[in-house]
Amino acid sequence: MRFVDEFRDAEKARVLSAQIASMCVPGREYKFMEVCGGHTHTIYKHGLEDYLPEAVRLVHGPGCPVCVIPMGRLDDAIAIAEEPDVIMTTFGDMMRVPGGRGSFFDSKAKGADIRMVYSPLDSLKIAQQNPDKRVVFMAIGFETTAPSSAMTVLRAKALGLSNFSIFCNHVTIIPAIKAILDSPDLRLDGFLGPGHVSTVIGCRPYEFISAVHGKPLVCAGFEPLDILQSVYMIMRQLQEGRSEVENQYRRVVPWDGNVKALEVINEVMELRPYFEWRGLGFISHSALKVRDAYAAFDAERIFEVPGVRVADPKACQCGEVLKGVIKPWECKVFGTACTPETPIGTCMVSSEGACAAYYNFGRFTRERVREAAG
Amino acid sequence: MCLGIPGEVVELHPDEPHLAKVDVSGVRRMINIGLLEGENVQPGDWVLIHVGFALSKIDEEEAAAALGFLESLGQAYDDELAALAESNIE
Repeated sequence: MRFVDEFRDAEKARVLSAQIASMCVPGREYKFMEVCGGHTHTIYKHGLEDYLPEAVRLVHGPGCPVCVIPMGRLDDAIAIAEEPDVIMTTFGDMMRVPGGRGSFFDSKAKGADIRMVYSPLDSLKIAQQNPDKRVVFMAIGFETTAPSSAMTVLRAKALGLSNFSIFCNHVTIIPAIKAILDSPDLRLDGFLGPGHVSTVIGCRPYEFISAVHGKPLVCAGFEPLDILQSVYMIMRQLQEGRSEVENQYRRVVPWDGNVKALEVINEVMELRPYFEWRGLGFISHSALKVRDAYAAFDAERIFEVPGVRVADPKACQCGEVLKGVIKPWECKVFGTACTPETPIGTCMVSSEGACAAYYNFGRFTRERVREAAG
Repeated sequence: MCLGIPGEVVELHPDEPHLAKVDVSGVRRMINIGLLEGENVQPGDWVLIHVGFALSKIDEEEAAAALGFLESLGQAYDDELAALAESNIE
């Protein structure tokens, strides 16, 4: 466990912290977005903001797959789940996400057959065991999980299954970053690139961020020191007047990604013309759908999907949180009406959501929010 | 769901080349290694696992570091392990 001790080394963290502080130009503020929800989790778990000078602020990005699913899509999924002879299967994190007409949990309580699975392959097995049922997998996630859904569809085809389909909600990270860069209400100085998405897509797709927008991006690992080192690497680029894509997480992320995984995605799925993201609105070419050749495995073609658009609850500010415009605790319902037990918005549901991360690590409990509100 | 968890390959499936048995913190389950085609996955190799699929090969030191980190996460990792234990890929 030498590596762990090395990464946990508080002394190293302090040295990095001092170096970062020494690189700050007096009077200048630095805002870096950590795109990935896994990073947000580490930052709050380990109190990393305390290691950064006041001038350096980390802003949470949209990289939490559960958080960006719009309410309407969840309502569509529930409508499918409530069709006759359907078994809906989903990752556990989706169960409590509130839609316009309640959550998967609510629908299950009313009698729908909704089951949690670890892998889409478990869903496939349920389909094999229940030939008289129509088994649907609620496919969500960025490029980290899309290859798994695609591989499962290929497997279903190879097995000749006719009662398995996916409700495809896979999203792609690059268009979301583009949308944020084009957003007028946010000025960012650099990005911490998502570690595990990059194991699939590699580092090249980020090159427009440095080349066109002139912002540094560093693909970062998930250990506390990985994140501090990545902030240091961004600061060094700024200091030296460079804007490049760099890979801090080289021990896991290959520069070219996982080519086989990209091929599998491309075989089964294609880009949608547009897709709605919670908080970010409609973004062009930002999500995947099942290709015509695999229509038999596409729940959107097998079932009548209502396709309703549901506005987020007025009180909920997940949109601003996902764009990094406000911090979770600046939301009016944070920790009062909206808690992990009774979430109003998605950012409070998933453990990768910025609001849940703030709340769970005791930085802003309900009591402290009340205190602060006076 | 988005937690990548490291596992050690302990056994290749005798008939299905896309399957392998892995050990994750003592939990042994079958996973799909089809996305690492051409990387010659062998028993003793460490892989990063996402929702039942090996996404990349990693070295043992990285695996140890990642496991230590995941264990420090507590609940989130326990949930992921419990979900894996429920899994029954074949």
